[in-house]
Amino acid sequence: MNQVPLSHILFVSTALFFIGIYGLFSRRNLVCMLMAVELILNSVNINFVAFNKYLYPDRLDGFFFVVFIITIAAAEAAVAIAIIINLYRNHRSIDVEDATNMKF
Amino acid sequence: MHYADYILLIPLLPLAAFLLLGLAGRNRLRKSAGLIASVLMLVSCTLALYAAWRYFFVDGLVDGVYRQIVPVRYNWLIFSPGLSVDMGILLDPISVMMLVVVTFVSLMVHIFSLGYMKGEERFTTYYAFLSLFTFSMLGLVAASNILETYIFWELVGLSSYLLIGFYYDRPAAVSAAKKAFIVTRFADLGFLIGILILAFQAGTLDFNTLIARLTDAGSPQFAGITAASFLGISLLGWALGLVFIGGAGKSAMFPLHIWLPDAMEGPTPVSALIHAATMVVAGVYLVARLFPVFSMDPPVLQIVTWVGALSAAFAAIVACTQTDIKKVLAFSTMSQIGYMMFALGVARQGGEAGLGYTASLFHLFTHAFFKSLLFLCAGSIIHVVHSNELKEMGGLRKRMPFTHIAFLIGCLAIAGIPPFSGFFSKEEILLAAWRSNALVYGIGLVVSAITAFYMFRLYFSIFWHESRIPDRNDGSHSAGEALSSPEGGLEGSPGMKFSLVVLSAGALLAGLVPFSRFIVPDERPHDSHTPLSFSILPVSLALGAILLAGWLYRRGNDRAEKLKIGLGRLYQVVYQKFYIDEAYIFITKKIVFPLVGRPAAWVDKHIIDGLMNGLALIVAKVAWLIRGIQSGRLQQYMLYFFAGAFGLVLLFVYYFNHLHT
Repeated sequence: MNQVPLSHILFVSTALFFIGIYGLFSRRNLVCMLMAVELILNSVNINFVAFNKYLYPDRLDGFFFVVFIITIAAAEAAVAIAIIINLYRNHRSIDVEDATNMKF
Repeated sequence: MHYADYILLIPLLPLAAFLLLGLAGRNRLRKSAGLIASVLMLVSCTLALYAAWRYFFVDGLVDGVYRQIVPVRYNWLIFSPGLSVDMGILLDPISVMMLVVVTFVSLMVHIFSLGYMKGEERFTTYYAFLSLFTFSMLGLVAASNILETYIFWELVGLSSYLLIGFYYDRPAAVSAAKKAFIVTRFADLGFLIGILILAFQAGTLDFNTLIARLTDAGSPQFAGITAASFLGISLLGWALGLVFIGGAGKSAMFPLHIWLPDAMEGPTPVSALIHAATMVVAGVYLVARLFPVFSMDPPVLQIVTWVGALSAAFAAIVACTQTDIKKVLAFSTMSQIGYMMFALGVARQGGEAGLGYTASLFHLFTHAFFKSLLFLCAGSIIHVVHSNELKEMGGLRKRMPFTHIAFLIGCLAIAGIPPFSGFFSKEEILLAAWRSNALVYGIGLVVSAITAFYMFRLYFSIFWHESRIPDRNDGSHSAGEALSSPEGGLEGSPGMKFSLVVLSAGALLAGLVPFSRFIVPDERPHDSHTPLSFSILPVSLALGAILLAGWLYRRGNDRAEKLKIGLGRLYQVVYQKFYIDEAYIFITKKIVFPLVGRPAAWVDKHIIDGLMNGLALIVAKVAWLIRGIQSGRLQQYMLYFFAGAFGLVLLFVYYFNHLHT
């Protein structure tokens, strides 16, 4: 089978990463920012899977990492959503620009 | 039973009592606190007596030498291989003897206090402190390691402080407690430096190893400590001298004695326990513990001798003029400890030369009985009269026949009249002094006569001297009230009487113990005899002094007053305790405070604090400058973060390229 070269996959994951970064910087809505973070995490996941597949096909460490990251991302999303909901209850807004209470 | 099975219980039971009463007892055990502490103390005392019996009569003596047993040892702090602080128990003749003395006197004081402190607001606290003290003292005497001794030494100082200041609403008690703590703490500094020198030179903190290394003239450690010198005195001399300063502070030796008379502000049973029988002899015990090392350095023993003799004479003279009965007893304690000290000082290692050592500890043993007896009697008297002043007493013979007999026994014992216990130990001390130093013997002899005089001055003034009674008894309502104690009759509860009886028996019989068969410096027991003819002079002097005291104080007359006026200025000087306290105040207020304290305070305030304040100021300024970064904008933070991460990546890429090309 004619395999996709590794560099193509890495290109996809890098693109995904910077899309995530862009979203993180450009959005003011916390939910959108959360989604951007998920993108970044997934780009990392792709990297792990790809390197594992191409460089060490007989080992499984990379896959384990991916499974961990997915689990932690789920937990993180739950926590972040909880924080966002609390923020909304206190400020009636989920715009990061409004959450400046901790400023010196 | 093996020692290890129960020996730890002896100190730990009082500790348990302290924890129980101190933590939980405030409200719940209000009534039973004394009983709990006394019962635990009884168990502890029984175990100590059992251990002593086992040690002295069953398995302590091997081939004519008392062996040292370490039944319990726990490695606590390890500084380096070979230098560690162990928590252990060392059994040898003196520590076993002290265990018995401490637990026994403590038990008697516990029982006595049941009656004496009844109705006291802080009854539970009192017993908690008493138990803490007993625990610390037992730890001190049984310690197997010199630093362990030091730890318990400080604990003893702390519990003494707590007990002296027990009546904390009295300003005098508070300042007395502080004085005792500061003076002994000051002396303990010497002890600590001494320990450090000894430990550094000997390379160990363990008593057995330390003594073994520093008494073997061929060992490298001994060579090291004697070769090194500072200001022309060998390090051994310095170390032992400093250790002795610690001991002198605790034992109230001249000139560090100033705290002892003031310490009488504490409850009287406490004075009996701490400031008569146990804590104040810790200094003697310390010198005895390290005696083999002390005997390697005769000049230090000379210091011990002279400090002891001077304290004995000084305290005896001052005691003749004091009018507070507890202060007289305090000075008498100091004088008797002076005896023990100079007896240690004239002793040398081996055979007959070790007589002073035996005599000193013998006197410690008998003194514990008769002095705590005297203090407890004083407690009974104060309980009835509600005053410490001799002026308020007189003619109590008929009111308190029981206390009268007990007090008389104590006085006869301390005066050295045969066959009371003090006679035997004092004769041994005088004999030891006679054999080594005639001048010290002379001082001892005179002091023994003065002792008899002031003790019987006390006795006659309290129990005879009728003339003072009528004006106290007739009119004044408060006197009548004071003289009718609510329960147990005039002389206190059965517990108080019981302690007096037991201690009187001790004061009568303790002298019959053949001490040289148990306690000698080289652990080789033998029989010793004091020639009968030797006793004639001291005893007749003491009898003469008693007669003199009787002539002056037995009946109301103006002879004592005339004598006082005749002595004039001299009497005043003695009455003011030779102005030693004033000298201390002069030195601290006029010399130490302005010349040392003020400059030190200035340095602290301006340089050290200034440094700290300056640093804080700089930090605050810088923080003010860079606080703009903390904008509170999440995305700005992320920008910093990613810029940083990106920068690092660039750095790594550049670095790796650089490395590989």
